[in-house]
Amino acid sequence: MLASKQTNTRAGVIWLGILLAGVVALPWYRQNSLLEGPVSSALAEGLGGRVWLLPGVIIALVLATLALVRPNWRREPVSLVLVISGMAFLLVQGFSIGLRGPAFDAVGLLIPAAMDGQPGLGWGGFVTGIALLILLSELLAARGFCRGERFASGAVVVITALLALFVFFPIVTLGSSAFISPDGTLGLSQFADRVSAPELWRLNCLRGDGRCGVVINTVILGTLAATLSTLLGLALAMLVARTDFRFKRALRAISILPIITPPFVVGVAIIVLFGRTGILTQLGADVFDVRASRWVYGLPGILMAQVLAFAPITFLVLLGTLEAINPTLEEASKTLGARPMATFRTVTWPLLKPGLAAAFLLAFIESLADFGNPLVLGGGYEVLSTKIFFAVVGARYDLGNAATLAIILLSLTLIAFWLQVRWLGNKSYVTVTGKSDAGLAAPVPPMIKFAAIAVIVPWVAFTLGVYVIVVGGGFVHDIGRLDLTPTFAHLRTAFSFEIGAEGLRLYGSAWDSMITTLQVSAIAAPLTTAIGILTAWLVSRQDFAGKKAFEFGTMLSFAIPGTVVGVSYVAAFNVPPVDITGTMVILIICFMFRNMPVGMRAGMAALSQIDRSMEEASQTMGAGGFATLRNVVLPLIRPAIFTALVYSFVTAMTAVSAVIFLVSARHNMATAYIMGRVENGEYALAIAYSAVLMVVMITCVALIQFLVGRSQLGRRKQLQGSAIAAAAE
Amino acid sequence: MNYGFKMLAIAAAVSTFGVGGVRAQSGELVLYCSANEDWCRAMAEAFERETDIAVLMTRKSSGETYAQIRAEEGQPRGDVWWGGTGDPHLQAAQEGLSAEYRSPMLEELNDWAVRQAETANYHTVGIYAGGLGFGYNTDLVTENPPACWADLLDERFVDDIQVANPNSSGTAYTLLATVVQLMGEDEAFEFLAQLHNNVSQYTQSGSAPIRAAATGETAIGIVFMHDAVAQTVQGAPIVAVAPCEGTGYEVGSMSIIEGGPNPDNARIWYDWALTPEAQEIGATANAFQVPSNVNAATPDEAPRLDQITLIDYDFALYGSSEERTRLLARWDADIGSLAQ
Repeated sequence: MLASKQTNTRAGVIWLGILLAGVVALPWYRQNSLLEGPVSSALAEGLGGRVWLLPGVIIALVLATLALVRPNWRREPVSLVLVISGMAFLLVQGFSIGLRGPAFDAVGLLIPAAMDGQPGLGWGGFVTGIALLILLSELLAARGFCRGERFASGAVVVITALLALFVFFPIVTLGSSAFISPDGTLGLSQFADRVSAPELWRLNCLRGDGRCGVVINTVILGTLAATLSTLLGLALAMLVARTDFRFKRALRAISILPIITPPFVVGVAIIVLFGRTGILTQLGADVFDVRASRWVYGLPGILMAQVLAFAPITFLVLLGTLEAINPTLEEASKTLGARPMATFRTVTWPLLKPGLAAAFLLAFIESLADFGNPLVLGGGYEVLSTKIFFAVVGARYDLGNAATLAIILLSLTLIAFWLQVRWLGNKSYVTVTGKSDAGLAAPVPPMIKFAAIAVIVPWVAFTLGVYVIVVGGGFVHDIGRLDLTPTFAHLRTAFSFEIGAEGLRLYGSAWDSMITTLQVSAIAAPLTTAIGILTAWLVSRQDFAGKKAFEFGTMLSFAIPGTVVGVSYVAAFNVPPVDITGTMVILIICFMFRNMPVGMRAGMAALSQIDRSMEEASQTMGAGGFATLRNVVLPLIRPAIFTALVYSFVTAMTAVSAVIFLVSARHNMATAYIMGRVENGEYALAIAYSAVLMVVMITCVALIQFLVGRSQLGRRKQLQGSAIAAAAE
Repeated sequence: MNYGFKMLAIAAAVSTFGVGGVRAQSGELVLYCSANEDWCRAMAEAFERETDIAVLMTRKSSGETYAQIRAEEGQPRGDVWWGGTGDPHLQAAQEGLSAEYRSPMLEELNDWAVRQAETANYHTVGIYAGGLGFGYNTDLVTENPPACWADLLDERFVDDIQVANPNSSGTAYTLLATVVQLMGEDEAFEFLAQLHNNVSQYTQSGSAPIRAAATGETAIGIVFMHDAVAQTVQGAPIVAVAPCEGTGYEVGSMSIIEGGPNPDNARIWYDWALTPEAQEIGATANAFQVPSNVNAATPDEAPRLDQITLIDYDFALYGSSEERTRLLARWDADIGSLAQ
């Protein structure tokens, strides 16, 4: 006990040292990039005229002195006061003095030097902020927050601050514009008018005359897409985890494809297949002698593309759930004399419920936020995500209306979330307890197996059709007009290079975006996974004040449609104090907070099945929160880590909606480039680039699988009575 | 081994990045480009060769670019906005997002380009022009091709015409403003309501209809004629038509972004982009607009403005936010709400 106390004190002192470095040594402001800047600390700047920086420096110095003279400084009330006032100072000075002068006239009168304004924060500013946050968590832990668990307390404080800065702050900035009328006055009536507009809520399509409102359209699409993809995902998961189906590996491989497919190409492929001049439409028209129609544009087309895209997500969620169900429960049911169908209905199915709800929710939210497919295949069918996009980029720039629509979209997502919580209730789904569970998973009843196969076969055929187009389309002259002369011309436009006297020279037009995309994804994926899994662990294993609000905050970042995130980020982070637009950092941060809920959900689902007793054992033996997390929890939830890593890497490479607004001339992303090509009708180039991108992603996913590994639970992999089939796997 | 390979890949990526950094030392220009990508790229390359200033180029539609410039108002990241329909440029000028600049090249420009500059108090300038029209697919429309706006109301084109949604597309807004000026407002909306019966889809992008026509997804697309010609040149069975009643046109524009990071380089680009040599680059990149410099050769394929009946398009009135908002609101109410 004594030894651990000493480490504790030292850790706090280290962060005090970092805080001091932040204010007296590191460059406080940024210049052209975050890395380079005038090597002028807050202390130097403060003495050189920017006097508003001095209080912060003084606070840091006082805090350091206090720690020197009082060994027990972490419990002194005055330390807490100092740290909190330090943070308040950081925020107030940052927001009250902007780039070109003070935000309020009073500040300018008080401090004349503030009239010149100040640039955004640099290394010094950010390090100071982080040091203050960690010190705050130390002091709170010393006062009993998170039951005194320092690591958990630090994680809660830092993640909360990050969520506040990168999720709430931009949204509040944008959301406030929903209440501002075009002439700049604040008013509720404006908002009320926009929310109740008939073009949002019309129900005409249900009555059979005309079109429905855009909100109704969105809900119909979301429900259909989520239902169908959950069913498909379930069928896939059943076949892979619980049958001796012969083509499991192929199924896994095929189901990965849509996840690594860049946006737009599936839409383009569906048009090539089912459009009015599409291959299958023409065939159908010839055989049945009907006029080729444009039926695919609208709900049918979007639905097809979305189910294709989301079934693998639901598959991964449900597979995780199925694999984690302790087989001894099913064995017990069998031993007690239940027939396979009864076992499935009373044991397996109820244990699947959290997975099903999570899968449905994920697919529903994904459908609400989906932007690429409605853009290409929408026809006259409007949904909220595209409507928001065009409210911002359309001929009539209307941020207020975009913000209003965003609030509606957000509410829909939150309702879905609430329903999920209601349905699951407070039942326990713990099946991994650390006790012996050496049983073998029972195969599902034959009836269910055949039903699953019946669902899967058409899906596989459809997916293969789409991917033949996606893979082949880039290497023929013009797939849109069915000119199938083989060519590498599109690939050469995008990726030509020469190795000459000057070394490697890259000429292709796609190189810049490709390199940036790889860099951003490689940095974002581990960070996203770390923050997602850490959050899952906090939410399911720690008790702290404000946990519900914390969990809600993380869901919010996922619920906000990408387009809105993009616009709000530009609005919030283009000016000091946090001035990061046009950098690669903003892209990475955007991905981190958009994708962390997936890692979090996967982590929570995995954790909900692992009994706490193992962690308690670890803690009883003296391990701290971090050691327990690393040595006990993380090894048990490896599949969730794998899912989170793959998902965040791949989404970073294929996301488009938020990215459109955040790419800059210096840092362009592959999807923004592809969107430009599709907009311009260069389908072949878009398809060729997508094919290359997919190959790159497959390589990277294989690498991740190699580095992280998949399920490592100490269980035998065979099914009962199917050792041969399993051996082939 | 995997680690080693990964490090190698990262090292390669970093070194490629480093090369770009060195080149940037002779000065930079951040270009927001709203013309088609090929043209943007060709312009950027030519400028780099000519001046040794590194161009960082982003291509986005004019609506997206306008939204971005507006969002970046506090601290602009871009220097020049080149290309795209004139209306958002005028709107940016009206809101003080672009800077005033009188180029010495102004006297070499066509009247319509100078008029665009005067309308915006020299905050923008015309760089090309193109007439509005439509293109039809000769595989689908084999006899008695349409020649006038009125022909588009013919019953044989039911569900076979595409045009963009004026809320999202400058092209479609030009159509709306054109028919209003051509027929009078009430008659124009009557015309659009009848046209609606034949329209299969209001696309989001302005040039999407002619691409759909080129692949046979629709028979007729209402677009700027140079977009239709570009499809023909690329081998699609498309014929561009200048409507017999007369038609409106766009003045593609260029603006310097107020407060951008490299104002001097922005002016160098501005002057250069108005030279005949720079304006003749368009034709090499399948862009068949009419250049604004009188000395620049108009590509042979380009629809000649002097052979088209052009209306006297009132850019000042129809480019203003109030009139635009009013007309679009009426379009939403009268046309957008009709059953598909």
